[in-house]
Amino acid sequence: MAVENVAVAPVDQGFWTRTRKVGAVLVALGLLGAVLFGALATDQQARFTLSEDSAGAALEINGTVGAILFGLVALAAGAAMLAGLPKRWFTLVLGVGLVGFLLSFLCWQVSAAPTGQNFMPLVNVLRGTFVLALPLIFGALAGVLCERSGVVNVAIEGQLLMGAFSGALFGSISGSVWVGLVAAAIGGAFISLLLAVFAIRYLVDQVVMGIVLNLLAVGVTGFLYERLMQTDAESYNSAPRFSNWEIPLLSDIPLLGPVLFRGNIFLYLGLLLVLVIHIALFRTRWGLRTRAVGEHPTAADTLGVKVLRLRYLNVVLAGVVAGIGGASYTLALYSFTKNMIGGKGFIALAALIFGRWSPTGALLAALFFGFADQLATYLSAINSTIPSQFLAMLPYLATILAVAGLVGRVRAPAADGKPYIKG
Amino acid sequence: MSSVNPGSPDKEPATEAQAAQTALGNTEQTESATTPKQPTPEGRPTLGRLFLDNLWAANTFTVTLLSLVLAMVVGAILMIVSDPEVLATYSYITARPTDALNASWTLVSEAYGNLFKGAVLDPDAVGFNAALSPISETLTYTAPLVFTGLSVALAFRGGLFNIGAQGQAIMGVILAALAGFLLPLPPGLHLLVAVLAGALGGAIWGFIPGILKARTGAHEVINTIMLNYVAVYFLTWIIVQNGVQDPNRADAISKTVDTSAQLPRLLGDGLRVHAGIILAVLATAAVAWLLNRSTLGFELRAVGANPDASRTAGISVTKTYILIMVFAGALAGLGGSQMVLGTTASALTPLVVAQIGFDGILVALLGRVKPWGVALAALLFGALQAGGNRMQSYSGISLELVTVLQALIVIFIAAPALVKAIFQLRAARAARLQTSLAKGW
Repeated sequence: MAVENVAVAPVDQGFWTRTRKVGAVLVALGLLGAVLFGALATDQQARFTLSEDSAGAALEINGTVGAILFGLVALAAGAAMLAGLPKRWFTLVLGVGLVGFLLSFLCWQVSAAPTGQNFMPLVNVLRGTFVLALPLIFGALAGVLCERSGVVNVAIEGQLLMGAFSGALFGSISGSVWVGLVAAAIGGAFISLLLAVFAIRYLVDQVVMGIVLNLLAVGVTGFLYERLMQTDAESYNSAPRFSNWEIPLLSDIPLLGPVLFRGNIFLYLGLLLVLVIHIALFRTRWGLRTRAVGEHPTAADTLGVKVLRLRYLNVVLAGVVAGIGGASYTLALYSFTKNMIGGKGFIALAALIFGRWSPTGALLAALFFGFADQLATYLSAINSTIPSQFLAMLPYLATILAVAGLVGRVRAPAADGKPYIKG
Repeated sequence: MSSVNPGSPDKEPATEAQAAQTALGNTEQTESATTPKQPTPEGRPTLGRLFLDNLWAANTFTVTLLSLVLAMVVGAILMIVSDPEVLATYSYITARPTDALNASWTLVSEAYGNLFKGAVLDPDAVGFNAALSPISETLTYTAPLVFTGLSVALAFRGGLFNIGAQGQAIMGVILAALAGFLLPLPPGLHLLVAVLAGALGGAIWGFIPGILKARTGAHEVINTIMLNYVAVYFLTWIIVQNGVQDPNRADAISKTVDTSAQLPRLLGDGLRVHAGIILAVLATAAVAWLLNRSTLGFELRAVGANPDASRTAGISVTKTYILIMVFAGALAGLGGSQMVLGTTASALTPLVVAQIGFDGILVALLGRVKPWGVALAALLFGALQAGGNRMQSYSGISLELVTVLQALIVIFIAAPALVKAIFQLRAARAARLQTSLAKGW
């Protein structure tokens, strides 16, 4: 975070260490689950089926019993933290507590659903999670590439949008998905290049530039959409789509198979990129240099690293990644519409921050946000009393809490956003 | 600022131009450092010579004007490449270049002509209303942008980057609308309460990132971005609640604001311009006074220039950060409230505030984060918006082109070195530039 020591709240003081604070929150959540959700849940069985519909094998539990039981699990996890838990257990117990709370909530919701709909198709939910998380994964990875080398990337939204647009346009014109994919990468890279040139060469404030580029992308794609695609959708907005590739054997694994191994190219590419960027960032020379440039460019420069060149490279690569992420819409799911990214770029930014600027963290955060999104869809399908809008707020609220240091400190690369002036 | 003691935090001898250049992140310092000083020419230049020199120098006015020109050139190119008929004439440009040039000229000049007619004056218009209609439209779009622009500019001067004007405007419009149709109050008082409710909504939404910044150091850019979206979802939720949603409608639209809470029209019922523009001028004056004449303004600028030095000098940085964001939020909330209390709409819909918050960022930058500069920049953006409407209906050029123009103008403004290079401008004498604002997350 900003390294200004603005009245930094004294953390870890006295009895109320961070672990104990989190524990107290968990206890409260557990109580909420056990008492409120338990009371609201019905006697219906809450079924979690391992398929796409109500059929097939299922995990079943009585609604009231489940809500109370899992609420107590969260309560116990919180109590363990309050009692003074060794630090190495922290993440595990926190996970158990949160999952307990979530299951308690689900038991209530599923059991209170209209009769006949008291089931949650896990395959559907998980697949939806991945579909919704996919653009976030690409976007957040673009953020990782950019920001690890010290350039703030608020323009993720614009990169995704430009990628989606040029993928749709050139995919339609050429009739080839591959041309569309390359065009999408170039489209994203174009926005990135503008960011790089203005941020690195002309030293424009990077956040300002990101915001302006987002508006520029919205304007240019919207303008060309109305002029070309709306008047002649046949020739400009009917890109071919990647079909799903089924991986033999692996796709037969229950639950995980249909979710992870029956996707389109973008799913595999996204997961592969997480792995590649993780390894590249922490195991290769390029990664070391990138991180050095992001933390202390002067020192890196002293050692002969070409700071500006590396930043240009990383920012443009980020655009390529985000552009492909944008194509995961137009070359697989939908045809292009005006402003179709609709804020996903900013959730990706949130995922980047929530995932602490690391590729794997970004993946997990993106999946979490995708799950929240999917849960909102599911809950509105079963006429839940929980307004879907509040679930949609979850990613943003979680990020605010993370940034404010309430669930652990997040820290950006030290030189993130600072232009480097040699001399 | 006259009794400058040695420990004064106000290192920035706050000339407005500097603050602006600082905000925009500028390069010329490095440039001037590398280029050797020009030998001074002999003799004193004449006044006319000085004028011409300055006209083609990289000063604020020239750069702004040329940025506008550059943006319109890019806009023209976009129009041409997206028009299949005109583009077809380019296929035989070597054989008959006049066709391509004529077709392009007709297309572009008509579009920009309509932009002008819709924003400033239509020479063919007959009658009072028709003649004043473009100006009225321009001012209608200008008023809320002044507020959101001031919101961003005020925070900028205090060293905070308020990306959250959009969210603050949304919270403002929600509270203003609720006050507008839920409270049974007499005319006059009702309007006052609704306007203040709008300011309150924005202030609350500004307070959150303010206190988080002050207490935990959480970066306001991240938090304001996130709060923008929280506000969007809150708006879509509250519209469909019982008592808020229009009982006769199935779609997401709220009840209509009572006439007693609506801002009065200034030029009769035929024209849309309303009292919001007067409020905007008053707000500009108030912010100018606050920044340049008040103690708070001094503290605010000091904190913006150097928080550490300010703390040493006894200024409460925590308090100042919170106050800056509350004021900035209130301004954006006022801007938002005009979207239902004015003439653009009178009920909440999911897109009721349009883009005024994000446009406010551009307006603030274009106005070089000076209050009156912001007002002028808002006027330009309002004119583009009003003219864009006419361009859309008369020339069939999508309103999105206006977004492109606005973004491009600000991009060029933000990189004066680029404009300077393109037009071979002289370095402006007064342009002493500081390091960029960029502080990262």
